[in-house]
Amino acid sequence: MTEKISLINKEGIRTDGRKLSELRPIKLEVGILSNADGSAYIEQGKNKILAAVYGPREVHPRHMALPDKALLRCRYHMAPFSVEERKSPAPSRREIELSKVIREAFEPAIFLEKFPRTSIDIFIEVLQADGGTRCAGVTVASLALADAGIPMKDLIVACAAGKAEGQMVLDLNDIEDKEGEADVPVAYMPSFDAVSLLQMDGLLTTEEFQQAINLALDGCKQIYVLQKEALKAKYQAIKEAAEVPEEE
Amino acid sequence: MTSVMVSRIRRQQIAQLIADGKRLDGRGQKDYRPIQIESGIIGKAEGSARVRLGKTEVMVGIKIDLGEPFSDRPNEGVLTTNAEFVPLASPEFEAGPPGEESMELARVVDRGIRESKAIDLEKLCIVPGKKVFVVFVDVYVLNHDGNLIDASTLASIVALMNTKIFKYELKDGEVEKKPGFSPLPLKDIPISVTFASINGKLVVDPWLDEEEVMEARLTMAFSKDGRICAIQKGGAGILSPQQIVEAVNIAKEKTEELRKIVVKS
Repeated sequence: MTEKISLINKEGIRTDGRKLSELRPIKLEVGILSNADGSAYIEQGKNKILAAVYGPREVHPRHMALPDKALLRCRYHMAPFSVEERKSPAPSRREIELSKVIREAFEPAIFLEKFPRTSIDIFIEVLQADGGTRCAGVTVASLALADAGIPMKDLIVACAAGKAEGQMVLDLNDIEDKEGEADVPVAYMPSFDAVSLLQMDGLLTTEEFQQAINLALDGCKQIYVLQKEALKAKYQAIKEAAEVPEEE
Repeated sequence: MTSVMVSRIRRQQIAQLIADGKRLDGRGQKDYRPIQIESGIIGKAEGSARVRLGKTEVMVGIKIDLGEPFSDRPNEGVLTTNAEFVPLASPEFEAGPPGEESMELARVVDRGIRESKAIDLEKLCIVPGKKVFVVFVDVYVLNHDGNLIDASTLASIVALMNTKIFKYELKDGEVEKKPGFSPLPLKDIPISVTFASINGKLVVDPWLDEEEVMEARLTMAFSKDGRICAIQKGGAGILSPQQIVEAVNIAKEKTEELRKIVVKS
């Protein structure tokens, strides 16, 4: 048996050098795939995740089309090489469940009724997984939707909080997720103070759960700022590129 | 007769009544439908139960087999949960591979049992890293009238409580069955409570028509000592942080009531 590693040291510092309520470093990029209508990329700690959005477009198969609103579909998928032991590329039960809860997290945010008889497809590909991929996936897919120009009530942002070695921690990494006591992923629409994805596994008292939710919402609000910056950065880059010839 | 389609006027009626603190079937916000529990009804299964929650009916059978442990948990038995939406249970169910709804149901039921550590999996280890007992929890939905998650969790835990494992002897690393049985080692009784949010109001144990009208669904499972062991939000709507707090308080109270019913059965 391997020796049990300590997740949090005496100074309250975690295995990756973070404080208890500190997010992992996050890098966001918008508009990185040329074929998709919208796309984005996130690095959150060691997580590397791509998201692409196609639509509104014609529905295939056609009988799935809805007369009064767009059909929203979502596929969350992990690359075979994204985890320690090769993952079969066939969608696992976990991936099917996550695809469902992520789709449901986006449904209240998108003005689906504006595009009847069409489909909007969200694809989330986890290239490297390091804990909290569903949350990072939601955060990045939200940017891809915005990049595709799909009207939304608000950006959806997601973050997890949980408990490791008896202490409440924000944004769990892989070891904390596996060895820790509980994990609470939350997706949030900050402008409406509304939660659109909520799950939990592990064991928490009701007081601890309350702390976890508050911590996660706090993390969401921080990432929300980064999301907006990333969206603006794409257009800033276009603007700067357009300004270059004037210098001649 | 039964159709999942709910007319617009009925939708309005359901939502309007809930806004006034009432429900179409006369229940209060925190009332469950009548619960009937039968246990040990399938002799061929190592454990079994049937739960009726109003008109919703779910059967669970437990089978025990020998198998290999997961490589990262060499000293633990294996728990596998599966849910089947049997076509005879609803005009909406079709034969074929499991859909995302049944997969979600199985995973939420599984989460409650697993995270509460209800089954003492370490006691199901026979030869570390090589041979363990595998517990198959098969949820069989027989009549769908809403709130499959709570009915399935109840039926699963009752079935696990009457599950027996055959006695065995190890001979040269091979398992030899011996006459007699011992009970499955259980440490906890997880109970789930599911809410529907309709016009921003929470009601417990939604029946099918309420599920058609609800914006969001929220399930919370509690362990014996009053800790939360699983949560799942479903549905395309939103929940406010205040609603989540309200749900925690109601669920804690209701799970204790339901657990008493389970223990009595």
